[in-house]
Amino acid sequence: MINHPDGQVILLAHGDGGALSRELVEQVFLRHFKSEPLLPLADAALLDDSGGRLALTTDSFVVDPLFFNGGDIGKLAVCGTVNDLAVSGAVPRYLAASFMIEEGLPLATLERVAASMAAACAEAGVQVAAGDTKVVQRGHLDKLFITTTGVGWLPAGVEPGYHRLAAGDVVLINGFLGDHGLAVLSRRHGLELDGQIVSDCAPLNGITGALLARCPGVKIMRDLTRGGLATAVKEIALAAGVDFRLEEEALPVRDVVRGAAEMLGLDPLYLANEGKFLAVVDAKEAQTALDVLREHPLGRRTCAIGRVEAGRGNVYLQTVMGGTRLLDLLAGEPLPRIC
Amino acid sequence: MSTQTTRLRITVNGTVQGVGFRPFVYNLARTCGLAGTVCNTGKGVEIEVEGPPEAVRRFTGELQARPPALARITGLQCREMPPLGDREFIILQSHGQAAGQVLVPPDVATCADCRREMLDPADRHFRYPFTNCTNCGPRFTIVRDLPYDRPRTAMASFPMCPECAREYHDPADRRFHAQPVACPACGPQVTLVDAAGRSPDGLSGPAGVDSRDHDVITAAQQLLQAGYILAVKGLGGFHLACDARNAAAVDALRRRKHRPCRPLAVMCRDMSVVEEYCLVAPEERELLLSPAAPIVVLARKPGCPLPAVLAPGLQTLGVMLPYTPLHYLLFAGGPPALVMTSGNRSGLPLAIDNERALSELDGIADYFLLHNREIVNRCDDSVTMVVGGETQFLRRSRGYVPRPLAVPVPAGAPVVLGMGGEMKNTCCLLKAGEAYLSQHVGRVDTLEGQANLAGSRAALARLIRAEPAVVAYDLHPGYHSSRLAREMAVPVKTGVQHHHAHLAACMAENGLTAECAGLILDGTGYGPDGTIRGFEVLRGDYRRFAREYYLAPVPLPGGDGAVRNPWISAVAYLYTFLGRDGLDAARERFAHRGKELALVETMLRAGLNTPPASSCGRIFDAVSAMLGICEQSTYEAQAAIELGDLVPRFPAGRREAAEFPLDLQPYPCSFRGAVIDPAPVLAGVWREIKEGVPASRIARRFHDWVAAVVIAAALRLREKYGINNVCLSGGTWHNRYLSGVVPRLLAQKGFAVYSHHLVPAGDGGLSLGQAVAGCYRVSDGN
Ligand SMILES: [Fe+3]
Ligand SMILES: [Mg+2]
Ligand SMILES: [Zn+2]
Ligand SMILES: [Zn+2]
Repeated sequence: MINHPDGQVILLAHGDGGALSRELVEQVFLRHFKSEPLLPLADAALLDDSGGRLALTTDSFVVDPLFFNGGDIGKLAVCGTVNDLAVSGAVPRYLAASFMIEEGLPLATLERVAASMAAACAEAGVQVAAGDTKVVQRGHLDKLFITTTGVGWLPAGVEPGYHRLAAGDVVLINGFLGDHGLAVLSRRHGLELDGQIVSDCAPLNGITGALLARCPGVKIMRDLTRGGLATAVKEIALAAGVDFRLEEEALPVRDVVRGAAEMLGLDPLYLANEGKFLAVVDAKEAQTALDVLREHPLGRRTCAIGRVEAGRGNVYLQTVMGGTRLLDLLAGEPLPRIC
Repeated sequence: MSTQTTRLRITVNGTVQGVGFRPFVYNLARTCGLAGTVCNTGKGVEIEVEGPPEAVRRFTGELQARPPALARITGLQCREMPPLGDREFIILQSHGQAAGQVLVPPDVATCADCRREMLDPADRHFRYPFTNCTNCGPRFTIVRDLPYDRPRTAMASFPMCPECAREYHDPADRRFHAQPVACPACGPQVTLVDAAGRSPDGLSGPAGVDSRDHDVITAAQQLLQAGYILAVKGLGGFHLACDARNAAAVDALRRRKHRPCRPLAVMCRDMSVVEEYCLVAPEERELLLSPAAPIVVLARKPGCPLPAVLAPGLQTLGVMLPYTPLHYLLFAGGPPALVMTSGNRSGLPLAIDNERALSELDGIADYFLLHNREIVNRCDDSVTMVVGGETQFLRRSRGYVPRPLAVPVPAGAPVVLGMGGEMKNTCCLLKAGEAYLSQHVGRVDTLEGQANLAGSRAALARLIRAEPAVVAYDLHPGYHSSRLAREMAVPVKTGVQHHHAHLAACMAENGLTAECAGLILDGTGYGPDGTIRGFEVLRGDYRRFAREYYLAPVPLPGGDGAVRNPWISAVAYLYTFLGRDGLDAARERFAHRGKELALVETMLRAGLNTPPASSCGRIFDAVSAMLGICEQSTYEAQAAIELGDLVPRFPAGRREAAEFPLDLQPYPCSFRGAVIDPAPVLAGVWREIKEGVPASRIARRFHDWVAAVVIAAALRLREKYGINNVCLSGGTWHNRYLSGVVPRLLAQKGFAVYSHHLVPAGDGGLSLGQAVAGCYRVSDGN
């Protein structure tokens, strides 16, 4: 990493397509994204075709603050897109990254983000194959937005899909809920919590690949990002036309997250995660899936949290007290109801 | 002496079936020496009497002056008929029922005659836990459908034995046409099982109990005596019972039910036991002994030997008397006072069937005292208190439901359903000027609660033969009751603002129609602007309302989290209204909260999930927490209830109330336009805490501030608009000091004051207001 002189910041000219732009790309991005397809800096990257079905996804990343406990916008931009490919059953290969930068952003900040992206790419085994940079006037956006587009290939025989869900299927998740949402929130507001909360931001293609290798019958996978577990399950239920019954007692939430969420009036079931996914598997395969996931470093705390039932898109939560709550999509901050 | 003969046809409407009305008429007619007929019809009871005019006059006089205790006559028409020359008085077969003016009566506590028989070894009902007669017994809880006849009740599966059948058909018998009549030979039976569901024969038996040598009741008594917790199937649901004198047993019950502080109801063997523990005013005594036999919240006697854990932090006790034969039997030899709290898991509806009870109360009850009569309609115990000689309902349920209230409605009004609130839910069907409130439904935030609401609504509609054309619901976007209303297949749906519904409920039960001032003191109600309200002075009628004065809103960190943690409300109030001093006060007072306090401060500074709330409940919470009375709330309104317990007790009896001093010593009140500023009262409370002023005096001055503020607002409204009618509604009026003092002070100032005496002031009465407000709104066509 080179040292940028103190106070060196992004200028509008860094985005004008001229000399400064080229310097920025060469000095920052090319140094970090050591990728063959990217190197020619051509108008389009030429990718090797593995012959399978192509998977394509894109996502824009906006996070305040840019850096938080356990991650930053760069790592997020890589993991978010990699994970969308991974839970689709694909093997992620290439990313395109588009940077929207606010005039005045310290160059050192961009440098840190690029380095973090490169590290995440290495962990995920993907390459940045194309890129773009735009600089906008001060105040026209907040520091830095990143859009990543990901390409991957679906291995033969892998075909997760809503239509495959059936009553009795088991829902697994690979660990604690809500860490990312609270880590970002607590950094944004400088919250002093009763313990460290670290974002779970991580590329999931390793663990999903391991799962698919041993349990090709996985019916569907889904990462638990914005809206959290509850929103993800509700969306699946609606799309697949089945019901889900989740056991509150089985949902893994760290004490520190539970306590902070209670104080903040937030429900861990609706907090964002960036390294968690759910997998729905046939009951017969549940134990194997559980074992495979638990063997992976990102799945040590994998557990079964509920089942699929015949139905029409309802998600039931069996509460610890013995009642049944209906879970719905995230709908803003909850207003008090207790009279 | 006249030899003239007249014949009169008398049609009687109201609660006149299933209450011993026809035997009463039969006996009265014979006493008066009249011939004729009596008959149940779909419209009520039709009587024809024939005889000397004088005797007929006496008959009609007595009919109205001294009807059976359980009857409620809502209409009576007389028509002269040509004499037919009848010689005797006979009871005719019922005909033409189902037109819908016949009301199913509420359940009735066991009468003195039945109690006497139960104790008489020579009587065939001796020690029979299900005996009843025309004057007592189950009604609403066993009725499936109309007309109210045995085949449409839970007694359908118990064919009468010849002896019971004879009594049932004998007009002179006190069991004539008592639908649930039963005896040991033909009626329901009790069984006692352990938590594994094993029958008494298999009961291995704790030391000292051998159920083989005793009957089931004796075994149950011994288990209670030995400190075990029993689930007892009752009239409207299960109770969890234990010896109220046994602190360890009560403690265990609290632990197992996850109910650390909420007051537990106590059933006492008889009045003398009640009076041993509690102070009982004549009006309270009357209520305890009434056919409805509700729980009455009484003041404990100084030195009351019952353990404090029954109602931690409070000097009151919710007490009731036995109201079923089974209860009387349990007390004939068992402990003289039993905890009898609702048999449910926290937050779930009362268990009503044996299977569900065995699974839901598993881990709570040690033994289960079951019976095989189905509970058709779930019905929790009613909870009442007496303030200044007048009854107030904290919960209106068993013993009162489904009796209607007469309320004013516009001509040609449709049938309207009020869906109620989210907690303490009831629903209400409004039909032809009669409002039928459901039994207590309670929380509807679970599917089980929602099913309970749907079931209660359907049962009510069936029993009064009314399907709503309009449904009125609360505006809160998160209320499940409102979601259910929006999903219903009812032609017209209309949202009613929470506190407008409270105002309308108070107006309705008091028969008002003209514009009123509404002093609405409440916890949480969704406002038309999307903010939470609970302390507002309204001006309005059923159709419209305006918010004239309100407490300045406070940001509520964490929303419902703050409601569960009154100390958070305290920090929010101090921080928001006392600036730097407030922050210092919060840090001094709540230093022990450590990082939690820092978190709350940050939330307040950043406006992070801090919905604004203008709520009476929250300022009560704040003061309660500042005084160290209640920092965390484990049941609804705990902080406010415990704070209210510190102020002088407004007397129950009318006579004592007349002498109660009404001199307020409030903290200063301050209005800024429409906004009531809480800064002076918060500053005053904090200053006096620092000065070491006793908590009871601070609590008193705070209550007086609330009283002074709403009275000042009422005076301003009268000055501005000439409104002299004042309605008091919202959950805070369950505070006995405020609900005793404020009406008297307002009356002194010449106001006509209306409070709740027929439905709860809190959300238990919300559905009534919704229904009436919704009814006027749609009748206007807007
Ligand atoms: Fe309310
Ligand atoms: Mg995406
Ligand atoms: Zn009786
Ligand atoms: Zn019998």
